[in-house]
Amino acid sequence: MSADTVEKSTTPTVPTQRGGRRKPPLSENKKAERKLGLLLCAPAALVMILVTAYPIIYSVWLSLQRFDLRFPDQREFIGLDNYVTVLTNEFWWTAFGVTMLITVVTVAVELVLGMGLAIIMHRTLVGRGLVRTSALIPYGIVTVVAAFSWRYAWTPGTGYLANLFSDGAPLTERASSLAIIMLAEIWKTTPFMALLLMAGLALVPEDLLKAASTDGATAWQKFTKVMLPVMKPAILVALLFRTLDAFRVFDNIFVLTAGGNETSSVSMLAYNNLIRGLNLGIGSTMSVLIFITVAIIAFIFVKLFGTAAPGSDDSERR
Amino acid sequence: MAVETTTRAKLRWGLLDVLVVVFALIPVLWIASLSFKTPATLTDGNFIPREWTLDNYKTIFDTDQFVRALINSIGIALIATLIAVVLGAMAAYAISRLDFPGKKLLVGVSLLIAMFPQVSLVSPLFEIERQLKIFDTWPGLILPYITFALPLAIYTLSAFFKQIPWDLEKAAKMDGATQGQAFRRVIAPLAAPGLFTTAILVFIFCWNDFLFAITLTSTERARTVPVALSFFTGESQFEDPTGAICAAAVVITVPIILFVLFFQRRIVSGLTSGAVKG
Amino acid sequence: MADIVLDKVSKSFPDGTVAVQDVDLEIADGEFVILVGPSGCGKSTTLNMIAGLEDISSGELRIAGQRVNDKAPRDRDIAMVFQSYALYPNMTVRENMAFPLRLAKLDKETINRKVDEAAKVLELTSLLDRKPANLSGGQRQRVAMGRAIVRQPKAFLMDEPLSNLDAKLRVQMRTVVSRLQKQLGTTTVYVTHDQTEAMTLGDRVVIMRGGAVQQVGPPQELYDHPRNLFVAGFIGSPSMNFLHAAVQDGGLHTALGEVPLGDRVRRELESADAPRELILGIRPEHFEDAELVDDDTRRRGMEFEAPVDIVESMGSDKYVYFTVEGEKASAAELEELAADAGAADFAGAGGNLVTRLSAESTVAEGQTRRVWFNLEKIHLFDPGTGRNLTLHEGRAAGALAD
Ligand SMILES: Nc1ncnc2c1ncn2[C@@H]1O[C@H](COP(=O)(O)OP(=O)(O)OP(=O)(O)O)[C@@H](O)[C@H]1O
Ligand SMILES: [Mg+2]
Repeated sequence: MSADTVEKSTTPTVPTQRGGRRKPPLSENKKAERKLGLLLCAPAALVMILVTAYPIIYSVWLSLQRFDLRFPDQREFIGLDNYVTVLTNEFWWTAFGVTMLITVVTVAVELVLGMGLAIIMHRTLVGRGLVRTSALIPYGIVTVVAAFSWRYAWTPGTGYLANLFSDGAPLTERASSLAIIMLAEIWKTTPFMALLLMAGLALVPEDLLKAASTDGATAWQKFTKVMLPVMKPAILVALLFRTLDAFRVFDNIFVLTAGGNETSSVSMLAYNNLIRGLNLGIGSTMSVLIFITVAIIAFIFVKLFGTAAPGSDDSERR
Repeated sequence: MAVETTTRAKLRWGLLDVLVVVFALIPVLWIASLSFKTPATLTDGNFIPREWTLDNYKTIFDTDQFVRALINSIGIALIATLIAVVLGAMAAYAISRLDFPGKKLLVGVSLLIAMFPQVSLVSPLFEIERQLKIFDTWPGLILPYITFALPLAIYTLSAFFKQIPWDLEKAAKMDGATQGQAFRRVIAPLAAPGLFTTAILVFIFCWNDFLFAITLTSTERARTVPVALSFFTGESQFEDPTGAICAAAVVITVPIILFVLFFQRRIVSGLTSGAVKG
Repeated sequence: MADIVLDKVSKSFPDGTVAVQDVDLEIADGEFVILVGPSGCGKSTTLNMIAGLEDISSGELRIAGQRVNDKAPRDRDIAMVFQSYALYPNMTVRENMAFPLRLAKLDKETINRKVDEAAKVLELTSLLDRKPANLSGGQRQRVAMGRAIVRQPKAFLMDEPLSNLDAKLRVQMRTVVSRLQKQLGTTTVYVTHDQTEAMTLGDRVVIMRGGAVQQVGPPQELYDHPRNLFVAGFIGSPSMNFLHAAVQDGGLHTALGEVPLGDRVRRELESADAPRELILGIRPEHFEDAELVDDDTRRRGMEFEAPVDIVESMGSDKYVYFTVEGEKASAAELEELAADAGAADFAGAGGNLVTRLSAESTVAEGQTRRVWFNLEKIHLFDPGTGRNLTLHEGRAAGALAD
């Protein structure tokens, strides 16, 4: 079905030899190619921009207003007041801290575990298909489902893990709750990290490893001196994607603690202000702040580590 | 001696494999186990049910709440997948095959969107959709799903399209094919696996979403299963919904497990080709 | 079957690259024409324009007398064999070969008959039900040929069809191509990088450089009577030796001694704008061990002495490398040729002289040896324009011609 649509739209690519009335056939041809290219990209670009760019601008506009759906009459333009309110609010900073903590810890742990998993998936002598298949399951599972599984696992009375630590109900205390949230995140996303890293591993030439072996390198030296340098671009891309993804943490917290015991992330907080509090002004302010934070993180990655965005090279077209 | 070391190496790898498999499967098996427990044994904390029952499944399929959500989930994910793959294929074809201004920009924009904090869209979309009267409807969810699935689709598909030997298109033309015939009989069969893989990835993405589903719906009209799960209360206030939640969770996990079992290779290649330059 | 005429055909790409410039070429019905030239000289582009896969920027292309500039490839009735073979991976060998016929809407029986016939000619009968992925390189190549011949097109175009094969298979397939073309008598344009293919396969060879045709003619003619320095250096393996030569008192001062000049060349060099420095070209086989030359022959050439560097005995004759002193020959063409050949292959302009002596020669490495060379086979080139000054009415006549 999708193929048909593509075909219809690609039909005009023919470097049309017919129709002698064209004067300079080249520029015409080139023009046709440009036009087709733009035409084919237009729908995708339009959707992406309409659904992101416009709302983000709109949310900047909303964030400059007092706009509480419970009191729609009081809607008015108040400049940066909302930002002052949010940025001086301790809940915001707590949530920000929680989000940062979760991001840093999970990404760091995932990098290590993901590397291990990638090596296992890449090099294992037995049951490669089995390992890859099982590793994909956490990636595919609906986060909410996994979160429920963890919740019931740690709930006293129901769970097989609840009595692991003596003090009873881990999901009612802040530190243990955060640890469980991170565990759930790590379980869910390590496979994705591992897959990205595995793609990097595949780029390490087998001969290079053999050469290093004959040169007397230990396994660890081979890893740090041969594999890591070759994998660096893949690692950076994986880190960038996972960092920004981890920063959006929401589903697990929602199910595991609902943000209780100061375990809210910024996404959770924005959601609460919007849907529970129906405060569009404050909710939008948080949206804008989160957007800016993410932009800064991405900027740091690209500038500091020179992360090459995947697909950013417009390499050979034929 | 060589045999000995390989046996030992195999054993070591096998052990690691088991570790990975256990780590990956335990939460899934646990929730499945809960879903088969009777209310009486639900809280025994045992990993394997002592008494097996299908009552939980009966319960959820009897309630409108779950069935409706399941229909929503399936419908919304399928439609969003279809549209995203079609639009993505068009864009990816252009990116991998044609030369036109703004190509880099498009790649950049889709990259930005792939990294975009979705929660930032929640408040404006909430307000915009209310004004457009698509709040709490299928299109209200399909639209953001397409948006966030497009970068994924475009990357994966351009990587696939770049691998197609386009000389074949020339060969087909020399053999007397029109552009349409060349596409239909030569290129499309080669592109099909890529389209299929992309569709699976996009479907998983839509199927998985929770944030948009919970903020852009308010009733059973468009609520998807992940959201419905979190609102499950059981038949009466006093009934524990755990068993039902677990049963519902298992139901929406089944398609994913099937995908993974049957298309493991494709999913891996799709995910990695999109992410690494290729 | 048809003739193909290129009339001032040019191609410039959108980015400004002029890939082909004013190419005039008449290919007769049934003729086998080879396009050769260094990488990037526009061979593929020319072929693609004939095929209709690239637009023609200016000029006219006629097939069987009919202007086809604006015709789609499918309407030109031409078959093409690609370097990558371009076999459809999702079809079996039979389906691959039947594809053009099915597009032409022939009935099933005819298709099967024609495919079977072509398969028999190319010894593919036992492979008809395989997929291309399960074929060897040579077999894939034959399938590609088969797909081209089944529909009996007006012409075949082949773009380096054998270059992905190993050396042995290439020789084998070369004879297959040659036999097939003779048998079918179909007009063929064949692009190659390979000297031997160029020399052995075609009726005529077209040498291109930088998008322009340098010379067209039967292989032997190009070898014996190269019109310019580029053609002289490109054709022949090992290539022609090039030496610097200064014009002095009606003769030439070279590293091999004072070379006398005949009247005709001398007259040419007397004009005011004539070059004072030349490049002397001489092929390896026009040298001989001085001991083995009889008096009669000796008179037609001259002798020099040089230290022997390397001796490579080929059985039938000996390749002997001499070191010669003196200024190196330099010209844009020579640099280009060296770059294309990858320096190793093109010793032509270095301080090394490549000679091919009889097997009886007792020459040994480390000796200093007396060598004779044939003055009638010498070529003299203008380093500025590359023109062959010894060429008279299209024929090279050596240094002594009157
Ligand atoms: N699509 C294009 N756009 C711009 N320039 C091109 C394009 N295709 C080819 N060229 C240029 O045109 C020139 C001729 O290319 P062509 O492919 O005909 O060379 P060739 O003789 O076949 O070389 P080779 O022996 O390497 O195959 C080259 O300089 C090439 O870079
Ligand atoms: Mg070429």
